[in-house]
Amino acid sequence: MKLAGFFLLLAGWAIVLAALALLPPALPRVVFVAAGAALEVLGFALVARSHAAHPQEGW
Amino acid sequence: MAAPALSETAMSTCILCILLVPLAGAGLSLIHSGLGRSHSAAHSMVAALYAISIAALVYFVCGFAWQGYPGRPAHSFLVAGKAWSWIAAEPFFFRGLEWNGSPSSLVACLQVFSVALAAVIPLGSGAGRWRLGPLCLSTALLAGWTYPLFAHWVWGGGWLAQLGVNYGLGRGFVDIGGSGTIQAVGGLTALAVAWVLGPRRGKYGHDGVPMAIPGHSAVLVLFACSLAWLGWLGLNSAGAILFAKIEPGRIVLVAVNTTLAAAAAVLMAAWITRSRFGKPDASICANGWVGGLVASSASCAVVTPLAAAATGAIAGALITFAVDWFENRLAADDPGGAISVHAVGGIWGLLSLGLFGRFPASAANLLPGVAPETDATWAGQPLAQVVGVATLIGFVFPLTYGLNWLLNRFYPQRAAPEGEHHGMDLHELGASAYPDFVTNIDDITQR
Repeated sequence: MKLAGFFLLLAGWAIVLAALALLPPALPRVVFVAAGAALEVLGFALVARSHAAHPQEGW
Repeated sequence: MAAPALSETAMSTCILCILLVPLAGAGLSLIHSGLGRSHSAAHSMVAALYAISIAALVYFVCGFAWQGYPGRPAHSFLVAGKAWSWIAAEPFFFRGLEWNGSPSSLVACLQVFSVALAAVIPLGSGAGRWRLGPLCLSTALLAGWTYPLFAHWVWGGGWLAQLGVNYGLGRGFVDIGGSGTIQAVGGLTALAVAWVLGPRRGKYGHDGVPMAIPGHSAVLVLFACSLAWLGWLGLNSAGAILFAKIEPGRIVLVAVNTTLAAAAAVLMAAWITRSRFGKPDASICANGWVGGLVASSASCAVVTPLAAAATGAIAGALITFAVDWFENRLAADDPGGAISVHAVGGIWGLLSLGLFGRFPASAANLLPGVAPETDATWAGQPLAQVVGVATLIGFVFPLTYGLNWLLNRFYPQRAAPEGEHHGMDLHELGASAYPDFVTNIDDITQR
């Protein structure tokens, strides 16, 4: 779950960068930047859940 | 193209402001020590000295070489016809800098203090269990790679700063006093450290419910808030002169905004904790105060005093709930509140600039052909701030977590259980911070 979370974090960031570079200004760019950010939030949630599930263990 | 030299007044004012910045680091060090256990108090302060020293030296060796300064050599690549500068190409060891009060030399000096400040932040989350040796290596990675890389993108003429010129996103990603570059980078590293180290012994019961481990000195913590205030006045003012190119007279606004943000934040934290628990919580009030300072940094020179107070109040509320959330929901044991204050506060500070920032007509970094006074440029500013925050969460956090995880694989960062039990002072330093204390609660209770 942790690795999947980090993958989603990086993927979300990549979508944000791609939206900047490839999409025209205004609505399409804003929508895809928001989508990338949402993916990052999902990724962070997965990473956080994987740590919350095992609070006694470090890594 | 060389940056224009500052006026004599601006240079002198900037130097004086930069010399206040170490007080912020001193304040954070005392806060972390005070919020930790008494049997690790000296270790906490020594760790802060080590972190500051390692950060400054490593940044001298290679940090500024990779951070750079706008207009000076850097490596770029083309993306759909636009140049994205990703790392500077300065000489190592500060060679190539002229120590004559030039803007680049002032930035180098400010950055030595700023990276030291960023390096102190993770100590708050690692308190009580982070060994000194691995701590030094982790700090070296932060100061030598993570911090300079992101700082180049924001302050060194990198691609985040150029979002306005390249894509019409306002003035590009703006972070005047370092809410993102210093505070959020440090706070996200603190989160990585907290998760890599794991929680302190006895912090979580078998059912996962956290136990309170109070700090040993509220007086230290609350006094340190005043030190931090002075340091932040210097940090925000120096950043405003160097990165926002304000006239020295406008520092008055910076100082007022910084203070109002901290004041609103602490009162909000006090009100919320009093409403929830019946009495205001001193440690959360201290966290709220520093969180207000953190949030004020990004926009200190480009918002009205009312907006600064609102930013601080919202920061105080966010931090109060974030402390609870990280401890209870995310199992991130953070004795000093570093994650909530610096990561959450810093990210909010960056976003608040997009909401409240109003740039003077002379501000640069605009898309060519766009008049500075048109509101159209404002419409892109919130998006530029979101892109910067997305970079922090989506790239900087995985980077810093990965580096600390890798370090932990080869050089375990956590102290042995007996060291944690007896205290890091005795375990790593051989002497207690308070040898006159006769009893420690661990001697008479089991955790």
